[in-house]
Amino acid sequence: MRNLGLDVLLKGTNMLRLLEGLWVSLRISLIAVAVSIVLGLIIGSIMTGKNVIIRAVTRLYLEIVRIMPQMVLLFIVFFGTTRVFGINLDATAASIIVFSFWGTAEMSDIVRGALISIPKHRYESAAALGLSKVQTYVHVIIPETLRRLIPLSINLVTRMIKTTSLVMMIGVVEVLKVGQQIIEANRKSSPNAAFGVYLVVFVLYYIACRPISFLAGRLERKWS
Amino acid sequence: MDLEVMKEYMPLYREAFFLTMKIGWIGILGAVIIGFAAAVVRLLKIPVLHRILGAYIELFRNTPLLVQLFFLYFGLPKLGLSISAPFCGALGLMLLGGAYMAETFRSGFEAIPVLQTETARALGMSKFQTTVHVLLPEALSVSMPGFTANMIFLLKETSVFSAISLMDLMFTAKDLIGLYFRTVECLTLLVVFYLFLLLPVSILGSIVERRVRYAEFGA
Repeated sequence: MRNLGLDVLLKGTNMLRLLEGLWVSLRISLIAVAVSIVLGLIIGSIMTGKNVIIRAVTRLYLEIVRIMPQMVLLFIVFFGTTRVFGINLDATAASIIVFSFWGTAEMSDIVRGALISIPKHRYESAAALGLSKVQTYVHVIIPETLRRLIPLSINLVTRMIKTTSLVMMIGVVEVLKVGQQIIEANRKSSPNAAFGVYLVVFVLYYIACRPISFLAGRLERKWS
Repeated sequence: MDLEVMKEYMPLYREAFFLTMKIGWIGILGAVIIGFAAAVVRLLKIPVLHRILGAYIELFRNTPLLVQLFFLYFGLPKLGLSISAPFCGALGLMLLGGAYMAETFRSGFEAIPVLQTETARALGMSKFQTTVHVLLPEALSVSMPGFTANMIFLLKETSVFSAISLMDLMFTAKDLIGLYFRTVECLTLLVVFYLFLLLPVSILGSIVERRVRYAEFGA
C-alpha cells in the first residue's frame, strides 16, 4: 500500500502538538463566544427598544458585520491598528477582538429575533392571570426566549470554531500552522505527510464541531 | 490617506475583484446544483446514496473551508490528484456550499404541510403536476432567506482563497501592504471592493425575499 503519511503523526510528540494547535484556536473561540454572549444579550435587548438612534446605529453595526468577511476585519484590526494608532497588538489579541466583535453582532441578532418572536398575547394573558411584571418575565417570557435562544447560541459556538481557523492567516500558530511545520520538518523522511496531516486536521475539526452542532439540532427540534 | 496611491493600485484590485467574482459565482452555481440534487436524494430516501450524501453534508458543514482547501490543494496531490488553484477554490466552495444549500432546500421542502399535497391530489393533479406547481414554488419560497444568507456566506468565504495562493482581493491587499507599506490605503480599497462584491447581493436578496414570500399566506 502506498504511504499515506499518517506515520509522521506517530513520531515523537507530533500528534500532541497538533492537538495543542487545535486548542489554541478553540481557546480563542471560547473566549470570543463568552464575550459575545454577554454583550449580545445586552445589545440584543437594547435593539428591541424604541429609540430610533440606537436602532439605526445597531442596525448599521449588524449590516457591516454581515457583509464584511471576517478575514477583512482581522486584517483591519491586525495591520490597521498598528499603522494608525501605533499599537503593537499581538495576533491572538487581535483575533479575540475581531471574533468578539463578529460574535456579538450574531448573538444580538439572535437575541433580538428571539425577543420579538414572543407574541404580544403572552404578556397580556400573563397580566390577565394576575401575574406581576417580574413574575411575567421570570415564569413566561424568559423561559420561552431561552428555548429559542439556546439552540441558536450553541450553533454560534460551532460557527465560531470554524471561523477561528482564519487566525492562521495573521500568523497565530494553530492547528493548520503546526501541521505545516510537521510536514516541512519531515519532508525528507516522509514526502506524503501533507495528505495524512491535513486529513487528520480535517477530521479533528469534524470531531470538535459535530457533537456541538448535533446537540444544537436536537434541542432545536425538541423545543420548537 | 493618499488618493494618488489608491488610484495606482486600482487596476490590481480590479483584476483580483474579477477573479474573486468569477470563482465565487462558479462556486455558488455549483453549490446550488449539488445542494438541490442532494436535497432531492435525501427527501426521496434513495437507499445507499441517501447515506453517503448525509455523511458528506455532515462532514462539510462541520469543518472550515480553509481546512477543506488545504486538504484538497496540498493533501490530494500526494495521492496523484493534482488540481490547479482556481479549480480547487471553486471546487471547495461548491462542496462547502452544496452541503449548506442541501440543508436549506431540505428544510424548505419539509416546511410544506402534507395538507398541500393532499389538496393538490384531491384537485386531480398528477404527482408530477403537484411537484412542479405546488411543492416546488412553495419550498423555494420558504428556503429563500436561507438561500440568500448562504450566498452571502459563500462570497465571504472566498476571502480564504489567498491561502492556496490564488491572487484574490485578500492576497492583493496583503501583497501590497508587504511591498509598499501603504496599509491604510490598501485596507480601504479592500473594504470598498468587498462592498462592491457583497452589497448588491445583500440588497437584491432582501428585495427578492420580500417578493416571493407568498408561501406564508394561508398557512
